[in-house]
Amino acid sequence: MTSKTISSPVYDWVDERLGLSELAAFARHKTVPVHAQSFWYYWGGISLFLFLVQCFTGVLLLVYYRPGAEAYESVRQITFVMHFGWLIRSAHAWSANLMIFAILVHMFSVFFMKAYRKPREFGWLSGMALLGIASVFGFSGYLLPMDELSYFATKVGLEIPSAIPWIGSAIANMLRGGPDVSEFTVQRFFALHVVVLPALFLPLLGFHLWLVQKHGNASPPSVESLPSYQRKSEPFLPNFLRKDLAMWLISLNILALLASVFPWSLGKPFDALAPAPVGIHPEWYFMSPFEMLKMLGAVLPGEVGEIAGILLFTVGIALWVLIPFYDSSKESGKRGRAAHYFGLLAVIALLATTVIGYWTIR
Amino acid sequence: MNEVIKLQPLAEEPGEATTRRAFLAAAGAAGLAYTAALAYPIYRYLASPEEMAMSATAVTEVMLKDAQKLPAGSVLMFKFGASPAMLIHHADDRWVAMTAVCTHLGCTVQYEPQADRIHCACHGGVYNPYTGANVSGPPPKPLKLFKVAVNEGSVEVSRA
Repeated sequence: MTSKTISSPVYDWVDERLGLSELAAFARHKTVPVHAQSFWYYWGGISLFLFLVQCFTGVLLLVYYRPGAEAYESVRQITFVMHFGWLIRSAHAWSANLMIFAILVHMFSVFFMKAYRKPREFGWLSGMALLGIASVFGFSGYLLPMDELSYFATKVGLEIPSAIPWIGSAIANMLRGGPDVSEFTVQRFFALHVVVLPALFLPLLGFHLWLVQKHGNASPPSVESLPSYQRKSEPFLPNFLRKDLAMWLISLNILALLASVFPWSLGKPFDALAPAPVGIHPEWYFMSPFEMLKMLGAVLPGEVGEIAGILLFTVGIALWVLIPFYDSSKESGKRGRAAHYFGLLAVIALLATTVIGYWTIR
Repeated sequence: MNEVIKLQPLAEEPGEATTRRAFLAAAGAAGLAYTAALAYPIYRYLASPEEMAMSATAVTEVMLKDAQKLPAGSVLMFKFGASPAMLIHHADDRWVAMTAVCTHLGCTVQYEPQADRIHCACHGGVYNPYTGANVSGPPPKPLKLFKVAVNEGSVEVSRA
């Protein structure tokens, strides 16, 4: 059925100029596969929703936040003086963490459903780029309150690029705006966090979502091998969208609960002369690489270990990003299985090093 | 498929229709309550500075330290609560304090001792520097006067 279902002079006027009926027809024909793994389809949408929450709460924080020398004071004011400022800030920080979690779930489900295979390579690549930008969002946003923890986290985090031979210290100085983390660092991280990163992220996100519309949801290989009469699907409108929105609502409720019951704390103002607090550790999503570097440093002490660590990460990430070209179709056979084990190894390594990381803090 | 099936909703039990309507009303109310629960903190958050200013307007008197040293024929601008005000020490040794917010469109006015007038640069309103009365130009109302008490070490300005 391609005929218009809504008809009014206003609709016709707009439709003639914007082609709404074509969009409506497209939406009506969009379907989503139904199978035992369908649950994982929601995680991209959840990531998107949490991103929108962050745009919204981020703008609200922007209303009172002042970067530079007054950064800490303005965050203190938001948290303790402005009505519900603590809640807005807490929702921003919690949704950031939940979004990273949702993106990781989304990525691994895509990986194990082999949804990166032809013709979805660009979907995978753009998704990896979005995750990369999201982690820079996390790293830069973490500094903005300029409290003790964020100061040391940034200090330590910027030691990683400075371990790159020859050009490392120049890169780190450029990011820091000087030899040490200071108000210049907050100012440029702020510019990065609210202008540069969104400007990169939004078009890429648009591209990623457009690809999902173009190619539709991928079915896992087990479903793909079924004859077409055994494969089930449901219309996107309204069936899947309704469930998608229900997931958004559940996410919002979980977020509201976490943000209000466990409000994000604000530490002491940073002091360049104070020693690092005991038990300081990176955010959970940076815990695994942090622990891996620590373990490698125990085996290969000094600069050799640092360079080996950076090399290892570079190779590991490159292999991960390029997986669609290694395991490109269902004819991949042995290579397809190898990719599967590579994925399992990555999950186990990430989980194990994260657990060990938290274990060794105590 | 056929006419009978299409007509069935019309033949619905009256009780069922009520339940459906009741359900929709409850769902709508829950949705509204949910939206309100989200909107309320956001509104209060954004309105915080306004509320702070409101508590500042509750001020009834201001103590201006060392203002008694103000030379004759000059003015001291100060904040009475949230809005600007002026303390004028006239050449004839009279002390006058009044709000400095133009009653026309809210610009801050200035005292001009040589012309012996209060002038608003935005639209040319003129006030009497002793009484605050609107003399010429667009201002519809006079500037409000405050009570002034000159003490040993300060000048006390309070709501008249």
